[in-house]
Amino acid sequence: MPVKETIASYVNPLYSCRKYGISIWQCPQFLFMVMGFFSIAAIIAVWLIATSRISDPFLVVLIVLAAGTFLIVMSFVITNSFERVAEASRMKTEFIGIVSHQLRTPLTNLKFSLEFLLSGRPEQLKVDQNEYFIILQENTKRMGDLIDSLLTISKLESGNIPLQKKEVSLEQITKDLIIKNKPFAEASKVRISLNCQPNLENVFADSFWLEQVVGNLLDNAVRYSQGGGLVDISIGRKGRQILFAIKDDGVGIPKAEQKFIFEKFFRSANALKKQTDGSGLGLHIVKKFVELLGGKIWFKSAENKGAVFYFTLPALKKRS
Amino acid sequence: MAKKILIVEDESSLQKTMSSTLKLAGYDVLQALDGEVGLRLAQTEKPDLILLDLIMPRKTGFEVLAELKGSPSTKDLPVIVLTNLESMQDVEKALSAGSDTYLVKANYTLDEILVKVRKALKE
Repeated sequence: MPVKETIASYVNPLYSCRKYGISIWQCPQFLFMVMGFFSIAAIIAVWLIATSRISDPFLVVLIVLAAGTFLIVMSFVITNSFERVAEASRMKTEFIGIVSHQLRTPLTNLKFSLEFLLSGRPEQLKVDQNEYFIILQENTKRMGDLIDSLLTISKLESGNIPLQKKEVSLEQITKDLIIKNKPFAEASKVRISLNCQPNLENVFADSFWLEQVVGNLLDNAVRYSQGGGLVDISIGRKGRQILFAIKDDGVGIPKAEQKFIFEKFFRSANALKKQTDGSGLGLHIVKKFVELLGGKIWFKSAENKGAVFYFTLPALKKRS
Repeated sequence: MAKKILIVEDESSLQKTMSSTLKLAGYDVLQALDGEVGLRLAQTEKPDLILLDLIMPRKTGFEVLAELKGSPSTKDLPVIVLTNLESMQDVEKALSAGSDTYLVKANYTLDEILVKVRKALKE
């Protein structure tokens, strides 16, 4: 949060209430101020009692300081908890807003296409109705994909996602995905190259989810490339890890947005300028799975200068 | 002469259904799949009405609206914002930027949008 906003949030409790959309009596900053007044009153009371019962002024100061510190820390801890609850509530509301908007778009497409088909207009215009049935099919899939992504996130966050780990070749998974994405890459005039270190160890992972990770990164690299270019993938060993790197010459990620790139529903302004459909959940899911598989993920990028996404996974020892 | 309507909408399926509906109703339809093309067409073709989405690639509807209303040659072009954003903030932002009407797509049928189009064209 910028410094000005942080100061504003503590000086003006109504600022935070508006931010969270809650009443003043549920507002963490306002409650902190109220508890502050009570703490001051309690400290004064402790001081009065201490001075009347204890003659040693040093001891009185110690008792007052101890009581004061305890009260202030307790107030801060309690209001911090309220703030986390208020923030969770705000995020839940925002989440519902974003999901309902994301679902509304394909639903609107379905609604208008169905209305058009049922109105008799295709016959009047002598157009092929199949075009509209394809629209129904594509948008139904789009809604299904969004719901699948949301359910995946829910399972990831509750730790309830069963992984079927086995020895898999990251190189083979990548090669298969490059073949699968060839039509999309060719339509986007993007070349994909793959360089693998020879005799590379396998990884111990759930192959289905590892495919989702690599597939998502590859899809993004092709999708956000600008008018063609090269997507360059390399897989090699880095210490005891297998390092996967995918580089594109695409729209890149502005520096100010880089810290949000793995957050749910976040889409960089550059990505939105290129293409507006996309849930903003892909990289969040990718990061969660890489970490669940024992790896790390990071990236380097600059606006309009492409991006390189890296992830590592522990290498399996080769059997002798 | 048929009136000209420009649809600035990045969802190609929506473009298809809306433009077919408007053509059948007797209008000439221009189509733009992003804000930049939409702005260019508005400036060159001077349509009788613009149906403008808000979340679009290259230039958002808000940016297009600001440029249209900021230029003497396009400031009087009537604009209906057609979007699925429905927060009061977005509505106020679009209306104060110069949009004549704000319609949430999910709340209207094609026929209802046609009625709004005819009203905006004073038919």
